[in-house]
Amino acid sequence: MELLRLATAGSVDDGKSTLIGRLLYDSKAIFEDQLEAVERTSRQRGDDYVDLALLTDGLRAEREQGITIDVAYRYFATPKRKFIIADTPGHIQYTRNMVTGASTANLALVLVDARNGLVEQSRRHAFIASLLRIPHLVLCVNKMDLVGYDQDVFEAIKAEFREFAARLDIADLTFIPISALHGDNVVDRSANMPWYEGTSLLHHLEEVHIASDRNLIDVRFPVQYVLRPKSDEHHDYRGYAGTMAGGVLKPGDDIVALPSGFTSRVARIDTIDGPVDEAYGPMAVSVLLEDDIDISRGDMICRPQNRPETGQDVDATVCWMSESSILAPGAKLALKHTTRSVRALVKDLHYRLDINTLHRDEDANELTLNEIGRVSLRTTAPLFYDEYRRNRTTGSFILVDEATNETVGAGMILGPTT
Amino acid sequence: MHYELSHLRALEAEAIHIMREVAAEFERPVLLFSGGKDSIVMLRLAEKAFWPCPLPFPVMHVDTGHNFDEVLAFRDQRVDELGARLVVASVQESIDRGRVREETGPRASRNRLQTTTLLDAIEEHEFDAAFGGARRDEEKARAKERVFSFRDEFGQWDPKNQRPELWSLYNGRHRKGEHIRVFPLSNWTELDIWQYIAEEGVEIPSIYYAHRREVFRRDGMLLAVGPYVTLADDEEPFEAVVRYRTVGDASCTGAVESSADTIDKVIAEVAATRITERGATRADDRVSEAAMEDRKREGYF
Repeated sequence: MELLRLATAGSVDDGKSTLIGRLLYDSKAIFEDQLEAVERTSRQRGDDYVDLALLTDGLRAEREQGITIDVAYRYFATPKRKFIIADTPGHIQYTRNMVTGASTANLALVLVDARNGLVEQSRRHAFIASLLRIPHLVLCVNKMDLVGYDQDVFEAIKAEFREFAARLDIADLTFIPISALHGDNVVDRSANMPWYEGTSLLHHLEEVHIASDRNLIDVRFPVQYVLRPKSDEHHDYRGYAGTMAGGVLKPGDDIVALPSGFTSRVARIDTIDGPVDEAYGPMAVSVLLEDDIDISRGDMICRPQNRPETGQDVDATVCWMSESSILAPGAKLALKHTTRSVRALVKDLHYRLDINTLHRDEDANELTLNEIGRVSLRTTAPLFYDEYRRNRTTGSFILVDEATNETVGAGMILGPTT
Repeated sequence: MHYELSHLRALEAEAIHIMREVAAEFERPVLLFSGGKDSIVMLRLAEKAFWPCPLPFPVMHVDTGHNFDEVLAFRDQRVDELGARLVVASVQESIDRGRVREETGPRASRNRLQTTTLLDAIEEHEFDAAFGGARRDEEKARAKERVFSFRDEFGQWDPKNQRPELWSLYNGRHRKGEHIRVFPLSNWTELDIWQYIAEEGVEIPSIYYAHRREVFRRDGMLLAVGPYVTLADDEEPFEAVVRYRTVGDASCTGAVESSADTIDKVIAEVAATRITERGATRADDRVSEAAMEDRKREGYF
C-alpha cells in the first residue's frame, strides 16, 4: 500500500472541514469517542450542527476562539492507499502554515464554493501549491447542491481557473464538482450530476499516479551519519548512512563524493535486513564504498557524470516566516540544506511577490511575515544543490535566526546567482 | 510496482532519517522507553538506523513504580539484547526526595507526577534531545505537534509558538538547558504500529494479547485489580478475557474485552475498532477536553 500526502487549505466557509470530516468518516478514520466529544462541544456552544472543524482544532486557543492556527495532520486509509492530510487554515496571515503543509505534499486539494466562484484565497492556494511544486492539484467545486447541480456553473469556474493556472506551473490539474455535505462525488459518483464524466474525489486520490513524481534520474545521496562500529565482527566496516534524495543507486556504480571530488565504486548498499540491489527515494540506507576515502556528514555522493550544482552564490524564492524580524539585504542567517549546515548572507532582494496578483514588486527592500520574494544568498561553504523544480529535497533549505534559534525562512533554489 | 515503497517502509525510512539527524546533531540524546508497543517499535527503528553500530544513546524509563511485571521483564530483556545503557528515573525517588507529593484517595495516580521525574532526569543527565513514541493520531493536541518539538528551560511546550517544520529539514538548535522532544512516529497510526509489529516479527509483552485477568469497571473502563488501585465500595472485581491497547501506569491504564490472542486477530480488531486507543483505555486523557495539551505544556511526554 502506497502513502499519499495531501495538503488542503481553506476556511470554514468553503466546506473544507465538512469534506475532510466526510473523507475521514466514510473511511472509518473518525472514531465514535472523537465524534461524541465534538457533538458534546458543539451542543455546549449552542450550535445546531456538528462542527467537524473541532475534530482538527485541538488546541485550547483554537477551540476557544473558533479558529485554526496551525497545521493539523490527519490520517486515513482505504484498502488501496494510506493518506496523510496536512490541513491548514487559508487566511493570508497563515501563508506560513500553508507553505509548511505543502512542502511534503504529493497532492493539493483546493476548494471553491460553487456560488462564489474563484476568490482571492483559491488563487493563493493554487499559487502556493505550484510554488512548492506539489505535482498534482485537484480543484473541488463544492456546494454544487446549492447551484442546482448546474453544469454551466462548474464549467465556468473550470474555465476561469484554467486561465489563471496557465500562469502557474502545475503539472496535473483535475476538476471535480462535489457536495461535501451530501456526499456527491466524494466517495461515490453522484447521480445528481450525470453530465460529469470523471471519477469521485476519493477514487481520484486512490488512483492518481505518484510513483513517477520522484526524481529517479539524478543520484543524490547526502551523507547523514557515518557508521563505524569498530567491533570485532565488523572491524573495517565504514557505512555512510543517509536517505536517498534522488536517482537509483546500485552496487557497482561509479560515484564521486563532494566536495572532495574523490571517486570510488559502490561496494554494497546495506540495511539491517541485508544488502539491497538498489536504493531509491525515500529509502534510508547505508552505502559502503570500495575505497577508503574521507567522507563525512554534509558531503554528497552522486554519479561522476551527473553532479549537482556546486556553489556559494545561489538565488532562491524565500517565504519569510518570522513574526519578530524581517528579511533584508545584509542579514546573516544559519542555513540548513540537506544534511549540511552553513551560514548565509542575504546579498540582494530582487522582488517581493504579491501572492494574489503574482505582481513582482521590484522596489521592495524587505520581506516581512508571510511574504515571498526572490533573494540572492552567499554561503560560507559551497552547497551541492539542484533547482527546486528538479528536486524538492536537494533544492530546498530553511533559514534559522542565530539569535533566537527560530526557523524564520523557507527557501526554494532557482539556481546560481547570475 | 517498481521503485515504490509500501507505506510501512516509507514511514520506517522517515523515522530512521529522523533518528540519524538527532544522533548527528545533538550531544546527549536519550530514547524514552516505557515498554509500550510504540517505544518497542522505536527501539527497533533505532536498532535499524545505526546497525551494525550499537545505539549511540541510552534508553530511559520513567518508572512510576506501578508497573505490569510482564513489561518490566520485557524491558530488561530487550535492553540486554541491544547492549544498550538503561537509565531508570524513578517517581518513587521523586516522592522520597520531596520533589512531588503522592496523590491520595481511591483514584490516586502517579501519571502527572511523571512529568517532574522526567524533567529532573533530563536536567540531571543534561539530555538535549529525548525521543518519544507519541503519534499524531492519538490525540488532538498531538496532531499539531512538530516532529522536533522545542522545550524551554522549564521543559514547557508552547503550542502557539512552534517552529515551522518543512520538508525533512529539522531545526534542532537550542540553548543550554533547553531541549528538543523528538517524535519519529508522528505520522504512524495505531494500525501502522500493529502492522509493522506483525511484518517485522517484533516481540511485544504478553499483556497486549487476550488473557484472563481480574478486573473491575470504573468510568466505563476495565482496570486491573492489583496493589496500585483501591476499589471503591460499589466497584466489584470480576474475571474477564481482556487485552491492553496501551501500556502505561497500571493504576490508570484500562484493558479492553477482547479474545484477540494473536497478532493477526489484534490487527483485525484494531482495523474494525471505532474508538481511539486513548479514549478507550486512558483515564488520564479523560479529565478534560484539553487534558493532554495541559499536561504537555507542563513538560509531559
